[in-house]
Amino acid sequence: MSDGATGAAVRLRDVAVRYPEADRDAVGGVDLDVPAGAFVVLLGPSGCGKSTLLRTINRLVLPYRGAIEVGGSDVTESDPETLRRGIGYVIQAVGLFPHLSVAKNIAVVPQLLRWPADAIAARVDELLELVRLDPARYRERLPRELSGGEQQRVGVARALAARPRVLLMDEPFGAVDAIVRTSLQDETLRIHRVLGTTILFVTHDVDEALRLADRIVVMKEGRIEQDGTPLRVLAKPATPYVEALLDAKDAVRRLSLLHARDALRPANGADTAGAPLGAQAYRVEAGATLRTVLSELLEHADAVDVVEDGRRIGTLSFADVRAALLASER
Amino acid sequence: MILSAAALAAALFIALPVAASLARAGLARSAWLGAIGTARVIPSLAVLALMLPLIGIGFAPSFVALTLLAIPPIAINTDLGLRGVPAAVREAARGLGMSEQQIGLRVDWPLALPIVFSGVRTATVEVIASATLAGFIGGGGLGEYVINALAANQMPQLLEGAAGVAMLALLADTSLAALERCFAYTEMRPA
Ligand SMILES: Nc1ncnc2c1ncn2[C@@H]1O[C@H](COP(=O)(O)OP(=O)(O)OP(=O)(O)O)[C@@H](O)[C@H]1O
Ligand SMILES: [Mg+2]
Repeated sequence: MSDGATGAAVRLRDVAVRYPEADRDAVGGVDLDVPAGAFVVLLGPSGCGKSTLLRTINRLVLPYRGAIEVGGSDVTESDPETLRRGIGYVIQAVGLFPHLSVAKNIAVVPQLLRWPADAIAARVDELLELVRLDPARYRERLPRELSGGEQQRVGVARALAARPRVLLMDEPFGAVDAIVRTSLQDETLRIHRVLGTTILFVTHDVDEALRLADRIVVMKEGRIEQDGTPLRVLAKPATPYVEALLDAKDAVRRLSLLHARDALRPANGADTAGAPLGAQAYRVEAGATLRTVLSELLEHADAVDVVEDGRRIGTLSFADVRAALLASER
Repeated sequence: MILSAAALAAALFIALPVAASLARAGLARSAWLGAIGTARVIPSLAVLALMLPLIGIGFAPSFVALTLLAIPPIAINTDLGLRGVPAAVREAARGLGMSEQQIGLRVDWPLALPIVFSGVRTATVEVIASATLAGFIGGGGLGEYVINALAANQMPQLLEGAAGVAMLALLADTSLAALERCFAYTEMRPA
């Protein structure tokens, strides 16, 4: 039960929420441990209580039962404003302040925390670069002078301004087109890697969840239906509900979670002995997903070379891909 | 002039805080806006006339009547402006850790200000125009001038007075409109 840097960043115990005049719980007794540095995705259909659960963590919603800890302390111990200034929060509608420049939007929390002005200015530029917006071009713009995707980048920068240890994201990319969404997902993964921030991310988009999560929490009617790694949830759906929701029978979807590195047949010796002639022309990177490998195999050859740092480290055939898929079910 | 300014100040003093505190209240807000809507259809002359038996004649009843007249436009626009703040913006403000007071000061009021201000402008014009009528119940000012002329059947003097009132209202309106534009400008541009 230790809560150091490696302990739980967020811990929920039997958390239940009921809105006034509702006849049932929006969240009905949820237990959840999120280790520091994790990327946890809450997945479920509309109305299953994802947002409600997320909002109990920064006390925008008060549970009538249960306990919530962030960074080892109960959220009811500090006043709500102090708590929220230490937790990043990003919503689908972004909610930038329309009368304030990009820089002033990002500066809101540091200002509330009374950082010195030069530290704030430096932090604003640092964050704009983190979300890949040129500070010189964007600093003084107003929100209405930004595209939807740019607005959400600023929303993320604003949430990260005071270096929160935990970041809550509620369907942050639900309102942008598919191409922008993919690039924002990539940025989010990169930011997660670089900063090590614990992220709780809400979505009802299965592919988004599989892409981002190192743990997926599947919700149904206010309860957790299954909680596990993407691969685990896909390979071993706990209930028919999870299976249907994730379309877990889809083998190709599962392949997108496996990597060439983990399935390859190692090259023996320095030579290419054993590899069929003609197959050597086709190669994939060790980090490629088996889904990519499968499409290479279908298009080009019976086996492909796996390369890493320009060196050939093994081969993959249809049989190897299939074996990896079967192994993932165990 | 003094009468109009005093009435406006009093109306602001009453309407702003009440409208602000009720903008997010459910039932109390409906009651308040309902009352104001009703008050609005009573003509200003009637309000003045009503004051006579209640407070008599002179500055006080005119002041009360004009204040009552100025409250609705200010109150309605304040309500409109504050409720026009997008829910997502308030949600974000709360999530970032602003207190209710900080949200009011840094988010609600700056965003509502242009609309509140145009309400003040409407109220100003209405008050100046109606202040003329205050002459009937001894409120003084340009109104008295007009009414005396009316009584004495002095056409030139009457026109002079009326033109004066019109000029005053117009002047107030245009200068406030200019001020409103410059408000909107500074509020919507990064400083
Ligand atoms: N402020 C509220 N007042 C009353 N009921 C609410 C409120 N917010 C949500 N609910 C109800 O609580 C339940 C859970 O809502 P919640 O917003 O948490 O779902 P969600 O999983 O986030 O859905 P979505 O994917 O549509 O955002 C729903 O039945 C919803 O109608
Ligand atoms: Mg939601």
